[in-house]
Amino acid sequence: MTKVLRLAGQFVVIAALFAGVAWLSDRPVYRQIPEGSGMMMLTFVHGADRKGECRRLTPEEIAKLAPNMRRVQDCPRVRRSLYVELDIDGRKIYAADLPPTGIAGDGPSRVYQRFVMPAGKYDVAVRMRDTARADGFDHERHGTVDFAPSQMFVIDYRPESGEFIFR
Amino acid sequence: MIGAIRGVLRAGFSLIERPFERLFTPQLNPLAQLGALGFFFFWIVAVSGIYLFIFFDTGIERAYLSVEHMTQGYWFHAGVMRSFHRYASDLMVVMVVVHLLREFSLDHYRGVRWFSWITGLPIIWLLYASGITGYWLVWDKLAQYVAIVSSELLDWLPIFGEPIARNFISTGTLTSRFFSLMVFMHVAVPLFLLFIMWIHIIRISRPKMNPPRTLALLSLTALLAVSIWKPALSQGHADLAKVPAEVGLDWLYLPLYPLTNIWGNGAVWAFLGAFSLMIALMPWLPPLRRAKPAQIDLEHCNGCARCAEDCPYEAIRMVRRTDDMPFPTQAEVNPSLCVSCGICVGACPSSTPFRRSEGLKTGIDLPDYSLNELRERVIAAAGTLTKPGRVLVLACEHGAAGGRLDGTVVMPCVAMMPPSLIDFVLSRDLADGVVVAGCAESACYNRLGIQWTEQRFAGQRDPYLRARVPRDRIATIWASALEVTKAQSAIASFAATIARLPPLRLRSPLATSIASGPGKNREPAEVKGDS
Repeated sequence: MTKVLRLAGQFVVIAALFAGVAWLSDRPVYRQIPEGSGMMMLTFVHGADRKGECRRLTPEEIAKLAPNMRRVQDCPRVRRSLYVELDIDGRKIYAADLPPTGIAGDGPSRVYQRFVMPAGKYDVAVRMRDTARADGFDHERHGTVDFAPSQMFVIDYRPESGEFIFR
Repeated sequence: MIGAIRGVLRAGFSLIERPFERLFTPQLNPLAQLGALGFFFFWIVAVSGIYLFIFFDTGIERAYLSVEHMTQGYWFHAGVMRSFHRYASDLMVVMVVVHLLREFSLDHYRGVRWFSWITGLPIIWLLYASGITGYWLVWDKLAQYVAIVSSELLDWLPIFGEPIARNFISTGTLTSRFFSLMVFMHVAVPLFLLFIMWIHIIRISRPKMNPPRTLALLSLTALLAVSIWKPALSQGHADLAKVPAEVGLDWLYLPLYPLTNIWGNGAVWAFLGAFSLMIALMPWLPPLRRAKPAQIDLEHCNGCARCAEDCPYEAIRMVRRTDDMPFPTQAEVNPSLCVSCGICVGACPSSTPFRRSEGLKTGIDLPDYSLNELRERVIAAAGTLTKPGRVLVLACEHGAAGGRLDGTVVMPCVAMMPPSLIDFVLSRDLADGVVVAGCAESACYNRLGIQWTEQRFAGQRDPYLRARVPRDRIATIWASALEVTKAQSAIASFAATIARLPPLRLRSPLATSIASGPGKNREPAEVKGDS
């Protein structure tokens, strides 16, 4: 009898511990954004122009190169930084120079920014400069967004078509 | 600082361990079986995972639907298996964390134990990687959250050209092939984990890889009960057009994920890096001062292999004989594995205090605390016993009586004491009773010291305590360093009992050569019946 009681006690203790672990496996609930809000995301990967122009090599310079390495042009690898701005209702909420990736600085620039915002209507404007120009922008898009609670609104850029996408 | 933290933790564990020992018995105490339970839950996860894989379908839509199908449609087998898979994984985390804290509190991470400690670190990383990739596969809202936060964390590291997190910004960016990759990861990482778990215990003699059968059955039954009471469920299909705003987080696997929002990804990596570095450096903060390793005296070693059999650290192996003695093997100590616990000294058949050779010699001995010195200390301590019911305490330095009570002879481990030492004490009238005081029963500092001592006393393990030694004059007290009062009262109570016993019959005088100590006048003494 004592053995059975002891066994029952052991089972109760183990089951209680396991129940606690099971409870912790999905409780307490975690809310990552406030109720009634959603997430706006600005993200894309795009390479700006190269920093220097390609230069045509002279015949002497070409002759100096190893036969299997001969080429007509010398193009610097390093890319420029991208400049991006994001306005919401006329207020600038993000502006950044995005350096190129890669050890040699020849990779595309990338941006991945999240903005938690209350649901509602917003005027969104995104602009980007990816050339050597000093002012103005090479790509931009404006639009009104009806932002729903828990919505994931993504501002992406398609290098193929050279346009921003709202989705 | 580290010592203070260790002390607080030890006190905490001691508080929990005693009630657990009473309810479960020391043999079944789950706190003494944490490593074995970790292995046990790993196997449950592995078997249930293989079972679930039969029903699982890879693909953005199919993954979620197949998991739902098995959870709702076949809850009585596949659903239960899913809960087994989830909860056993969670329990594995609990076992690993408590195991780490307990081993730290017992100072089981420095000295030669650095290897097991360090190899525990990749186990933690791989365990978490296994769990996180598993949550990903269900492709519910939690999976979406886990996928996004995990990839954002990885993207913070400057190793990926294109951010992985961009795969999860809209439905069109994610392909089913990604799930095939995750399935591969979820199989490969646990296999690697198992490999490291094996490495983790490779330098331990007789590692506990399976919990006692009763404990295993109890755990399995409790797991089944919890799985039926609270089945593991999905949290709605992942929708990349929506933010998984509210998720039922697994706080055992994902406690750091909310911190990415508060601290940022860089700070979370910094925390993980600092934690890993701290764990990796701990065995040397500060390093353990080690006594000189055990040494073999070939003249007294007959290659019986008992020392190698009893060493808890795999520090002794038997090798081909190098002298001209007519024995095939001899013991060899690996100094880098020896902790100088002296268990080998207690196991050696040559370790008998009755020997009257010049300077007591044995087959294997500790240079810093020889058997001869132990005998001298026993004789000296016995000389201070005057009260009726003279009780000599032979104590482990890590237990309640280790250096904290008067009139005790302290050793690195009680199993250092050859059983014949007790025979020696009683038959030479050095004391009326002997208390053997070690660590708490389920927290032996040298892992097997208590077990070997009990088995030797019970005549189940060589060298035996001779049958002629009256068992009512021996008491064993297993108490932690925090239970000094308990040990004191147990010793006092035993002394009172001994005082009421009639005089012992097997007494014979202490040989003069032994009583006078080494280097003094030695005269042959008449000793009858002793080996």
